[in-house]
Amino acid sequence: MRRLTWFNTVSLTIGFAFLYIPMLILIIFSFNESKLVTVWAGFSTKWYGELIRNEAFLDAAWVTLRVAVLSSTVATVLGTMAAYVMVRGGRFFGRTLFSGMIYAPLVMPEVITGLSLLLLFIAIGLDRGIITIVLAHTTFSMCYVSVVVSSRLVSFDRSVEEAALDLGCTPFQAFRLVTLPIILPAVASGWLLAFTLSLDDLVIASFTAGPSATTLPIKIFSSVRLGVSPEINALSTIMIAIVAVGVIVASLMSKNAIARQAREEKAAAQT
Amino acid sequence: MSDPAPTSRPDVFAPWNDPNQRPLIQFQNVTKRFGDFTAIDDLTVDIYAREFFALLGPSGCGKTTLMRMLAGFETPTEGYILLDGQDIGPVPPNKRAVNMMFQSYALFPHLTVAENIAFGLKRDNLPKDQIAARVDEMLRLVQLQKFAARKPHQISGGQRQRVALARSLAKAPKLLLLDEPLGALDKKLRTDTQFELMEIQEKTGTTFVIVTHDQEEAMTVASRVAVMDHGKMIQVDTPDRIYETPKSVYVADFIGDVNLVEGVATSHQKDGKVQIHWAEGKEPIIGTPMQPIADGTRCTFAIRPEKVHISKEHPEGKTNIMQGKIIDIAYLGNLSTYHVQIPTGEIFKAQSANTRRIERRKFTWEDNVWLWWSETAGVVLTE
Ligand SMILES: Nc1ncnc2c1ncn2[C@@H]1O[C@H](COP(=O)(O)OP(=O)(O)OP(=O)(O)O)[C@@H](O)[C@H]1O
Ligand SMILES: [Mg+2]
Repeated sequence: MRRLTWFNTVSLTIGFAFLYIPMLILIIFSFNESKLVTVWAGFSTKWYGELIRNEAFLDAAWVTLRVAVLSSTVATVLGTMAAYVMVRGGRFFGRTLFSGMIYAPLVMPEVITGLSLLLLFIAIGLDRGIITIVLAHTTFSMCYVSVVVSSRLVSFDRSVEEAALDLGCTPFQAFRLVTLPIILPAVASGWLLAFTLSLDDLVIASFTAGPSATTLPIKIFSSVRLGVSPEINALSTIMIAIVAVGVIVASLMSKNAIARQAREEKAAAQT
Repeated sequence: MSDPAPTSRPDVFAPWNDPNQRPLIQFQNVTKRFGDFTAIDDLTVDIYAREFFALLGPSGCGKTTLMRMLAGFETPTEGYILLDGQDIGPVPPNKRAVNMMFQSYALFPHLTVAENIAFGLKRDNLPKDQIAARVDEMLRLVQLQKFAARKPHQISGGQRQRVALARSLAKAPKLLLLDEPLGALDKKLRTDTQFELMEIQEKTGTTFVIVTHDQEEAMTVASRVAVMDHGKMIQVDTPDRIYETPKSVYVADFIGDVNLVEGVATSHQKDGKVQIHWAEGKEPIIGTPMQPIADGTRCTFAIRPEKVHISKEHPEGKTNIMQGKIIDIAYLGNLSTYHVQIPTGEIFKAQSANTRRIERRKFTWEDNVWLWWSETAGVVLTE
């Protein structure tokens, strides 16, 4: 292996320090015995125990998870459909306008999206709760999905779809049997993106959540305003762990896939 | 070079000469524009059932566009395409009894070789064992049995091309469109596959429209060849007529090797031959035009190198004799092409068979030689 020059070593250290020191501090203090967040009083896991007994937090976590799964799934379906029409639909009337409008929520300040959704829900008399959060999250994460999927569709050889039609597929079969399997990785990463966006959204959720349903970010934010408690640190540490595990599993999986492909190719070359 | 296919069949297949035959495909004044670019220009042609119709032409002349219109991926800007007498304009690609092999292969990357070939058969809801049998047959045909379980990215370019070919053949359609089906194959496999295709065609009666850049291939397989340029068909004829009696300088020059001499025609004798005056103080070339041409017409005399004889001695009692010096020899194995420069500077190509071993060859560089050809060997072109 090559050794790093001292300049590279320093840049690497500073970069990682910026990224990870805050989290490291948070993790360390989650194991603090003391109730005072900034004073170290010995190791303890008692705040984790407190957390598990805290109904409000658990409820919020459960709501968050359901909202994230539902909204990212709906957003993926709608976003993929939108991307397909935009990229494949040819030059229908108003196409430029539509594709511009799909991307508008990307640049719209969240406060405005949240407020306008709130007004809409009040206007149509929809009680605020899980449903409204799901609708709101679907609305704004759909455009992210459609950006990811359409970039894949643009680089996709159109003639493969034509071949499917040529061999007797209806346009829908061609999409289901050929296009979708090929763009599936992009669709999956669109889903993952929508899922994480929904997980950590605070602004839009606060506009659209009602008393019956609170998401975890809202819960954390409101308890922090009363003062940072070690319980929050413990909760955040758990979330960091979940995310870290997710990232590691995902990268291992893709690494495995690459290795498997390389193995197959090697085996293929030998026959 | 490979042996040419036998050209004389007992019953001559020439439906285009039979006014009672109804064409399978009719292009009627078809024009295709992309924006203001005209890819196909007012094209009218009939293609008959059981034909092996080859499209030949330079890159960008509209061959693929023509195929795509037949397959249903492009609609004519003007004109009609009839299949069996029916306008196929409104018929979507999946409802046409037409299969196409794409120039880019367009294999399904997520399916194995066998699944690729089975794809079209599955759409017809055939029983499983029947599909499997057909896939096996196709794999055997293109010699890819060993590769059935591989994905397209795990095989070579030539193997991919064969998968694409097998996939388009699998459904045994009424009309098969092959866009450069054999370009990536080596010589031997290509000749084998050409004969396979001809056999399939004899057996199943499928009509083939095939694009190729390989003239020898077009000559070998085609019942008729269409030479295209800028969206038009310049000449549509049987391979031998395209080669022997091209109607224009463009076709003569595009197909095979040719010597071209420009000049002015004057009539020669009553037998319809003409003299072509092509250079000051030179003997005119005597040629035989296909149609009578008027005195003083500007024309081009075209003669194939293999019809130009070459010898060391002055040929006695021959017409169209020229003297010159060999400046280059292209050795092709069975043949050699001699580039002979005559005193006025023009270069003529003469080809002869290498019936002797190379060290005992009659001519070499810088040799003074005589060229001659008969009065009927070349063609006189006015277009
Ligand atoms: N979708 C399109 N939009 C605009 N121009 C096009 C389109 N498809 C083809 N053309 C143009 O039409 C012309 C004919 O294209 P085509 O693909 O039929 O050529 P080709 O004869 O198949 O050439 P090659 O031998 O290189 O495959 C080309 O000049 C090409 O640039
Ligand atoms: Mg082409």
